[in-house]
Amino acid sequence: MSDPILSLNAVYTDIAQYHILQGVDLNVPRGQVTMLLGRNGVGKTTTLKTIMGQWTAKSGEILYDGQDIARMPVSARARAGIGFVPEDMGIFRDLTVEENMVLGCSSGPLDPKRKDWLLSAFPALGTFWHSEAGNLSGGQKQMLSIARAMAEDRRLYLIDEPTKGLAPAIVSTMAEALRELKAQGASILLVEQNFSVARALGDSAAVMDDGKVIWTGAMAELSENKDLQERLMGLSMEAH
Amino acid sequence: MTAAPDHKPTFSNLSLTERLDEAMPMLLIPILVVLGFLAIGSPSSWLTLTVSGLAMGMMIFIMASGLTLVFGLMDVINFGHGAFVSVGAFVGVSVLIALGDWTGAASLLLNMSAIFLAVVAAMMVTGALGWGFERVIVKPVYGAHLKQILVTVGGLIVIEQLIHVVWGPDEIFINRPETLKGAVTFAGAAMEKYRLLAVGIGLVLFIAMRMVLRRTKIGLIVRAGVENGPMVEALGYRLRMVFVGVFIAGSALAGLGGVMWGLYQEVITAGMGEKMMVLVFIVAIIGGLGSVEGAFIGALLVGLLQNYVAFLEPKLALVSNIALMTAILMWRPQGMMPVVKAK
Repeated sequence: MSDPILSLNAVYTDIAQYHILQGVDLNVPRGQVTMLLGRNGVGKTTTLKTIMGQWTAKSGEILYDGQDIARMPVSARARAGIGFVPEDMGIFRDLTVEENMVLGCSSGPLDPKRKDWLLSAFPALGTFWHSEAGNLSGGQKQMLSIARAMAEDRRLYLIDEPTKGLAPAIVSTMAEALRELKAQGASILLVEQNFSVARALGDSAAVMDDGKVIWTGAMAELSENKDLQERLMGLSMEAH
Repeated sequence: MTAAPDHKPTFSNLSLTERLDEAMPMLLIPILVVLGFLAIGSPSSWLTLTVSGLAMGMMIFIMASGLTLVFGLMDVINFGHGAFVSVGAFVGVSVLIALGDWTGAASLLLNMSAIFLAVVAAMMVTGALGWGFERVIVKPVYGAHLKQILVTVGGLIVIEQLIHVVWGPDEIFINRPETLKGAVTFAGAAMEKYRLLAVGIGLVLFIAMRMVLRRTKIGLIVRAGVENGPMVEALGYRLRMVFVGVFIAGSALAGLGGVMWGLYQEVITAGMGEKMMVLVFIVAIIGGLGSVEGAFIGALLVGLLQNYVAFLEPKLALVSNIALMTAILMWRPQGMMPVVKAK
């Protein structure tokens, strides 16, 4: 495996009295798309939020570029180059699309070239550039959420179910944008329930169960082995 | 990157009813003004009361704007906000008393200079006091509303007692600067000069605040933080720092409000801020917690209604604002212009 940009070593996270993460070990290789898979409620979203700092790890190491960020404030993690697209998209509904995008650039103004690139990837955002984000459709909000995370260069993206509930045409737009992001050298940790997207995008995969990573390997290996899929996730990718 | 699939969505136009519903909070002010005119009958009395109501509303808005933003940004209920109003009034009035020659001169320039210095001193002291208050009293109780109420009320009491220690237990009477005494007459209506000044200052402040919130990056961060603070932090902004800045600015504005209210009433007491907090909370609640525009409209409604009702039926003046709050919350339980908080 290439030098990982992110490593989680024995990470435990509690939410109230619940022990959600129970010793997560995970590596995200540099420049690759790593799929984080597993059934509902096994701790995938909590893993992303723990990496981002929205939940604090009770114990364990979160090494980002070799530095332990487990006690670092959320904003410092973002400034260190981690982009986050939460499951609920985190769109600012009362702000315009433009204002949401401007906020995506914490280190300066939105670069015009990058803006052009993002608008070519997500043309609907250009159409509604001056409209309140709360008026966008679910798919457009999801596009905005991803485009905002991509508004400035980040080295690692944590993306939580970007295609959830979206029409196939928009899913392909999303997948294309993520592929482009990877081509630019970014590393991506992607939680995804849509297995065809996972198969198309993923280089490696980690499968979680009961708050732990129970399997890691190449995405191709997982997608070709139905027995493994059924054993790890209780269902076959073919079912999707 | 390949082009996205052909997808050309459009927004449907809002219906007239939807547009009216959206604009209704802003329409309430002219509606109230017209109703006041019809009820009062005499144009000159109506004009006098309207200017008086607008002046009162502007001063309440100045005091309420900081409180509503502080709540919106960090969910902090600060009952100690009234202390900044009182301290601002005492500091400002002390400066005005010290500059007695300037305030007593029949020179607009000297009078306004004295007021300007009083306001600057009051805002600096209350801004610094706000910073200390946030660090010492508010910071340890983030996220715990009951504790916030208890400790901020405690902070309010302590500061009020400190005012007694520094300035004594008695109320202090203050004369307005010479050129701001009396009234100007327009269309048969007498309008106090000081109230006109208060309307002007309030309007300028509202426009300035709106521009900062709408046109600057820091304003954008504040607006986004009111809606979804955790996401703002996840984008790389130190929201705590922004919050401290807003707390300081809100405290300084309360201090400014204190000076203006003191000159309006021509008497100041240590408990004046505490008394104002009832109106300030009514304004913040009916405006929609976290909304500066809502607080502005709410403050003007409160000021106008109180003046009209006090003229028409003095016994009802005290309950008019509570009745207004009840009616608005029955119509819009989240306030007139609520900030939609992320879950």
